Parts: sequence; structure tokens; C-alpha cells
Amino acid sequence: MRRHRFSGVEEVRRRLEQVGYLSDDALATVVLLADRLDKPLLVEGPAGVGKTELAKAIAAALGISLIRLQCYEGVDEAKTLYEWNYKKQLLRIQAGPGESWSDVEEDIFSEPFLLERPVLRAIRSEEPVILLIDEVDKLDVEAEALLLEVLSDWQITVPELGTVSAREIPFVVLTSNNDRELSEALKRRCLYLHLDYPDLERERAIVLARVPEITETLATQVVSVVRSIRDLELKKAPSIAETLDWARTLLHLNVSTLDDDTLARTLPVLLKFRSDLEKAGRHLKIAPEHSGN
Amino acid sequence: MLDRLLGFERALREAGVPVSTGEGLDAMRALEHVNAARRDDFKAALRTTLCKNVSHQDAFDLLFDLHFQTALPEREDPADESLDGLMHEVAEAIAGGDEEALRRLAVRSVGALGRIEGAPTGTWFSYYQVVRTLDLPVVLGHALRAAARPDDSERAALLRREEFERRVRSFKDALLRETRRRAVAEKGPEAVARYAVRPPLEEVGFLSATQDELVRMRRAVRPLARKLAARVALKRRRSQRGVVDMRRTIRRSLSTGGVPFAPAVRHRPPHRPELFVLCDVSGSVARFARFALMLTHSLGAQFERVRSFAFVDVVDEITSLFSGEDFAEAVEDMHRKADVVQADGRSDYGTALQDFAARFAGELSPKSTVLILGDARTNYRTPRDEALAEIAGRARHVYWLSPEPAGDWDTGDSAASVYAARIDKMVEVRNLRQLEDFVSAEL
Repeated sequence: MRRHRFSGVEEVRRRLEQVGYLSDDALATVVLLADRLDKPLLVEGPAGVGKTELAKAIAAALGISLIRLQCYEGVDEAKTLYEWNYKKQLLRIQAGPGESWSDVEEDIFSEPFLLERPVLRAIRSEEPVILLIDEVDKLDVEAEALLLEVLSDWQITVPELGTVSAREIPFVVLTSNNDRELSEALKRRCLYLHLDYPDLERERAIVLARVPEITETLATQVVSVVRSIRDLELKKAPSIAETLDWARTLLHLNVSTLDDDTLARTLPVLLKFRSDLEKAGRHLKIAPEHSGN
Repeated sequence: MLDRLLGFERALREAGVPVSTGEGLDAMRALEHVNAARRDDFKAALRTTLCKNVSHQDAFDLLFDLHFQTALPEREDPADESLDGLMHEVAEAIAGGDEEALRRLAVRSVGALGRIEGAPTGTWFSYYQVVRTLDLPVVLGHALRAAARPDDSERAALLRREEFERRVRSFKDALLRETRRRAVAEKGPEAVARYAVRPPLEEVGFLSATQDELVRMRRAVRPLARKLAARVALKRRRSQRGVVDMRRTIRRSLSTGGVPFAPAVRHRPPHRPELFVLCDVSGSVARFARFALMLTHSLGAQFERVRSFAFVDVVDEITSLFSGEDFAEAVEDMHRKADVVQADGRSDYGTALQDFAARFAGELSPKSTVLILGDARTNYRTPRDEALAEIAGRARHVYWLSPEPAGDWDTGDSAASVYAARIDKMVEVRNLRQLEDFVSAEL
């Protein structure tokens, strides 16, 4: 049995906060459990609420390295688990004429010809690592099934080499935007966390923590405008990262209070669609002479 | 504790949340690592192990409240609570953003205002009675006046109002929870769960949704469209195998010493149908038409083009309303701008189909797919299904989506099977899930 990485919920919160990630009790509890129960953590939620950031923060808080598998459509076992280095194998075969096939075969299916991909690398790592499987909903159903063996038994079977078991069970974080409903089998193996946009107080605290030069008044204004905009029906609601970008922009422009002109000039930091900008402009009652650009 | 946990899991399964035995064991193991006295931690531990779908979270939260109630000090509700005093205190707590005070006030308000005297089943508390008596719009007004400053800009006032409205909403949630808590004390969790648990949003019927659910469903359309677009695009890509492209295959094989490991194939440009959406916008069916229209137009890029038509008794083309980016607004406009009523405002499928066939059938081609949205209730007028047959004869596919449960088809003035006989398929689409299934299966 491995030692525990965190002593309790409070410690999770404190250590995540030290690396600049503000959590709440529910989130800290889930992180604690993922560690204690050795289960992968599946984080779902809209784009830009800090899902990937959470994995990075856990890695930073524990001081261990992060191995990332970015998923996209068409990713297969050659990209997730391992691949044989065909070109090198071919060279090896051509380089040694006259050798018996069984010698060659034994040689070309051995360690030096194996290309490790993120999941195998995480499993074989000597050091404790965090494995981040980002946007797992982009995976095809078949590729998702490949992960099942890894996520429940912490081992990978390579037919030519045998079964590789984890030396140290990695802390696995999977993120999903819910573009596709993940399979029950995958969900059953994971702990589940749904992240949503933070409430007013927490987002304000995030802004103050990440943009320390900002004044409290401006931070409050920034956060309440963002919240108001998120309540509209938009193509793309502003993410936390965009809130921070906006706060930094305002800081660079030496803005102390949000007037029509500043809003009209800086809202594009938050909103990336013209129709969203127009809608937000109308909602926030920005005078048309400013917004008519 | 074990019994309570198992009872809770059973209740979750009854409410449609799939909980496997393994997950139940995980929950028990998880509880060993959290301090059960801290309610939030306890709840988070159960939620992360038992509830793995966002759309089940409402049901989970509700059932959790019912099964693991906080033991409030059982004291009598004070008899001398005055309505004015309560309203004043709630307004103050909203203005100050004091969540703890709002929770306590919710308990007091329900005790003082919610009691229904002489109910046949013993003491009973009504959420609606509390909300009505407490007159929350007035309370909100008090709170806004109390917080207003003379130098407020218009925008500051707007933002404050929105924040206060959010607080009022969460206060109303607290009231609802408190009435349920009292009902559970009286009747046990199972009885309350029976009436209080709503189905997940994707399964709420278009025709039976509450106002609040409609708003949330509207918000769900865009993410749904994104999801479907990805799926449809993938299906199209997969379905075309293509022939081997010799030139690219040979070029590719150079890096593997001339051995063609990975053949390259030549893709044909994807076939994209042209979509004609014809929808009944009368009465309650209109709700359904709105969702279907928003969804099909959000999927625009997957089709050659999308043309939409609205009717009550005559047809009007409304495609141009969707030329902007904001489909929610376009759907709102539809009722003002479309010219769809000639007679009495009750739907007349026969005349509308004939009208459509006469004016637009010439534009249908083997590339076109026609979707008809409506309940097929003719108000006892002639169905004129021969017009539909003409449309079906020209288009590649004709589908009819009906928001009515299939069991009600052909009852009363419904001409469902008369129409169904003329087209590819009539499909029951009562909720977002069925709409999603239809789009990913047929389009």
C-alpha cells in the first residue's frame, strides 16, 4: 500500500491554493478520494472552467511530473499506449543479412524498438506521475475501450513483451467537455467531478490571487460583469482564463472603473463572436456610439 | 449507516440514476476517508462515486436532502412571527448577501407562513403558499432600494439587480428544501421522492416542461448541436471508403524503404443533403417547433442548405430569419414576422400541405430531405394526404416528427397513420433525447 499523498481535505485545499488553484470543499474531497482510493478522476464541465488546470495544479502541488495525452478523433493505441518503431525494425532486418529469422525476430520485438506513448510511459514510470488524458470525449469508442484495462488494473498487455504493470499507480485525471456521452464502463471506473463556473466570491478570489495588482473594487466589477454576461445565451461563454485576461488587460490600460468606452474597447477579450459582443453590448446598455465599431 | 446508504442507492436507481454494485462499494470505501460530520465532504464523497452524469445531479441533490437530513433542533416555530418583520429581514439578508441568514430565514418563513391548516393528511407545508405570502418581488424591491447609492450608474444598478435576483432564486431553493424536509419528517423520504423527483432535462417532454425547464432546455440546444455536428461529420467521413490513391501511397512508402505500410485513399466530397423543415407553429406544438428549428439551423454546416417554413393554415418561408447568428432570437421573431394564418388560427394540415406542394414542390429534388414537425391533428379538416404524397415523390426522404406520445396517435382528430403511410417514417420526438437520437440516426 502506497503512502497517502494528502493527509486530509484541508491539506488538499491548502496545497492547491499554494500553487494558485482555489478549490472548494467538494472539489478537495474528490481529489483526496482519487488519491486514497487509487481511482482515476473524470472531470467534466463547460470549456474554460479549469479542468486541465486542475490536473496541472495537482501535479504542481505534489511536485511530480505530468504526462499529458491530448485526445483527438482518430487517436488509436499507437498514439496512446505504444508503437513498434517500424522504420528502425526495417533497418535492423536489412542490416543483418544471413541471420536466422528467429534471432532477428527476437531482437526487433524488444525494448529498443518500442516507442512509448503517454499511457505506457505513465505506467512504466519509476517516479510517481500524473497522467492527464485531456478531452477524452474526442476519442472514438474503440480507443476509449483501450483505456479500460489501464484504468482498472493499471497494466498494459503488449503481446510480444507480456504484461506491463504499474510500478507506482499514477494519479490519472481525465477531462471531458461532454461532446460525446462516455461509456458506462469508463464512468464506472472513475470518480466523477462536475466543474461549473465558480460563484461570485470564488471567482473574485481567483482574480485577486492570479492578478494581485488589481484593486478589490475593479475585481468586483470585472467579476460581476462576467457573471452577467454568462447568464446570456451565448455562442461561447467567457472562461475563467478569459476573465483573468480581461482583468490583466484593464490593469495594463490603467483603468480604475468600467465605463462605456472601456467596456466597448475591451469586451473582445472576453467574447470572440460578433453576435455575442452585440448581445452583451445591448444587455450591458453600452451606448451605441461606443459599440458601433 | 449501511442501511441508510443502501436505501439511498435504491432510491437513486428508482429515480433513473444507474448505480452499480461496484459503485456502491466505492461509496462505502470513500466514506472511510472523509469526516462524515462534515456534510459537504460527505455529500461530495457520495456524489463522486454514485452520480456520474450531470443530468442526474438534480435528482441526486434532491434525494440526498431527503435521505440524509440535517437534524435541525426540533423546536416549535415561534407563533408571533410577523409577516412585515420577515419580509424586512429577508430583504436585508439579500442586500447583504448573507447566505447563512437566508438559510435560517427560510426555515422560519416556512414555519410561519407555509402551514396548511386542516389538511386531511396531517400537518402540511406548502412552498407555493410561502412564496406567495412572502411576496418576493416586493422583497427584492426593498433590497434594491436599501442597497442603492446616489452615484450608481445605470449599469451598476443592473448588475446589482441581477446578483440580487440570483440570491432570491437561491432563497427560493432553500424554501423548497425546507418544505420538503418537513414533508419527509411527516411522511418519509419515499413518499416525497415520488412527487418531487423530475426526470433529467433531456427526458422532459416539450409539451409538459415548466417555464424554468424550457429556459434550461433552450440553453442545452447549442451544446447538443455541437455534439451532433461532430457525430454527423464523423459518420459521413467514415461512410466513404474511397479508392486507393496510388501516387500518395507510393510517396508515403518512401519513408519505409518502399514498403507501402499505410495506403492513402482518395476521398469523394461528402454528400450533403438539402434540408426543408416544415413546421406547425400553432399553439402548444410551437414549443416543439422552436427546438427543432434551433437545432437544425445550428447544424447548418452539415447540410447543403437549410430552408425552413412555418404554417398554421398557410405556409410562409422563414429561412431569412435565420440568416443572423442568434437563432434563439430568430425563433422569437418567427411569430411576429411570419405570415401563416388565414382563417381561424387553428392548424389546418391539409391546406398547408397543399399550399407547400403547390408553391415549393418544384424546388424539391433527390438531394432534398423534408422534415415535417407537428402533431398531425387536423381539427377535423380534410387531411389531403395526396399533397404529402406529391412531396414525398419528389424528395429523397420525408420524415414526420411528432411531439405526441405514439400511444395517442390516431385518437380524436389525429391523422397520424394517414400521413405516415405516405412518407418514410413518422417518429415520436417528445424530448431532447429523442430529438438527438433522430438527428444522429437519420440525417
